[in-house]
Amino acid sequence: MPGTDATVEIDDTDRLLLNNLQGGFPVTHRPFAEVAATLGLDEAGVIARLRRLVETGALTRFGTILNAPQLGGERTLAAMHVPPDRFDEVAALVNGLDAVSHNYERTHHFNMWFVISSEDERDIQRTIDTIERETGLTVINLPTLEEFFVDLRFTF
Amino acid sequence: MATLTDEERDVLAAIQDGLPLEPEPYRVVADRIGMSEERVLAVVRSLLEQKKIKRIGAVPDHYALGITANGMSVWDVPDDRATEIGRRLGDRAEVTHCYRRPRRPGWPYNLFGMVHARSREEVVAAVERIARELDIARYPHDVLFSTRLLKKRGTRVLRGAPAAPDPQ
Repeated sequence: MPGTDATVEIDDTDRLLLNNLQGGFPVTHRPFAEVAATLGLDEAGVIARLRRLVETGALTRFGTILNAPQLGGERTLAAMHVPPDRFDEVAALVNGLDAVSHNYERTHHFNMWFVISSEDERDIQRTIDTIERETGLTVINLPTLEEFFVDLRFTF
Repeated sequence: MATLTDEERDVLAAIQDGLPLEPEPYRVVADRIGMSEERVLAVVRSLLEQKKIKRIGAVPDHYALGITANGMSVWDVPDDRATEIGRRLGDRAEVTHCYRRPRRPGWPYNLFGMVHARSREEVVAAVERIARELDIARYPHDVLFSTRLLKKRGTRVLRGAPAAPDPQ
């Protein structure tokens, strides 16, 4: 994964915005003015800072986090043990499958971890079957049995 | 998508890449898609209530901001305690995603909690702290670090547009 250093510098006011605006943005006529008042800032300043945070890449975006499972579609987490000398070849095959949305190499005997997602739940088993058939390796399918609510907020 | 009304889809498609950074962002969206501002506000509130939108606000690029280490903590806890421990694990500020999943041959762990921090050392320290404070250190657990991102395309909820970051 990437190095350990931040690539974007932010100041204390940016930090105040980041730490207080990762959710709960008002759904009202003048939301930035409301936020600004709460944080002791002014509306134009908040908007200008958020624009800059998006431009510099500190923010991926300012907007909605959707809840994919509530919007339909199926997904699962799957893993397999790939012999090191076959790793790149197998990664290329797995990555080439459309239903595979994410794939990570991880530090474990099960060293390849991928997310399979599709609007059609049958694609999940089909994708697993294809990988097992093409590679001769065993895929372990680890579907979500229960999701525990987490409020994904970082403190900067 | 069958689970969205046409109106909901129009509003989501217009805002999922970002809200306009303008004093009246919902009015700008409304003008763009030919809906009244009141209607856009009502649809967005309803999407939040239905939990189709998890939340609205700043979506930080935690890698750019230095939170670059991600460890998947995995735990083998008794089945009859999995829900209770999963809830407490998910409540921890250090844990960004938390799931119960099945065990498989060679894979004994049934709880997964993603931990993000500034370094691997911080991730390990966080997992040890969690184990101690939740009194679950006696259950087998491990932390898997990602060493390479091999593919990431994001989950597309609406055709042609990127959606939420993925849990893994």
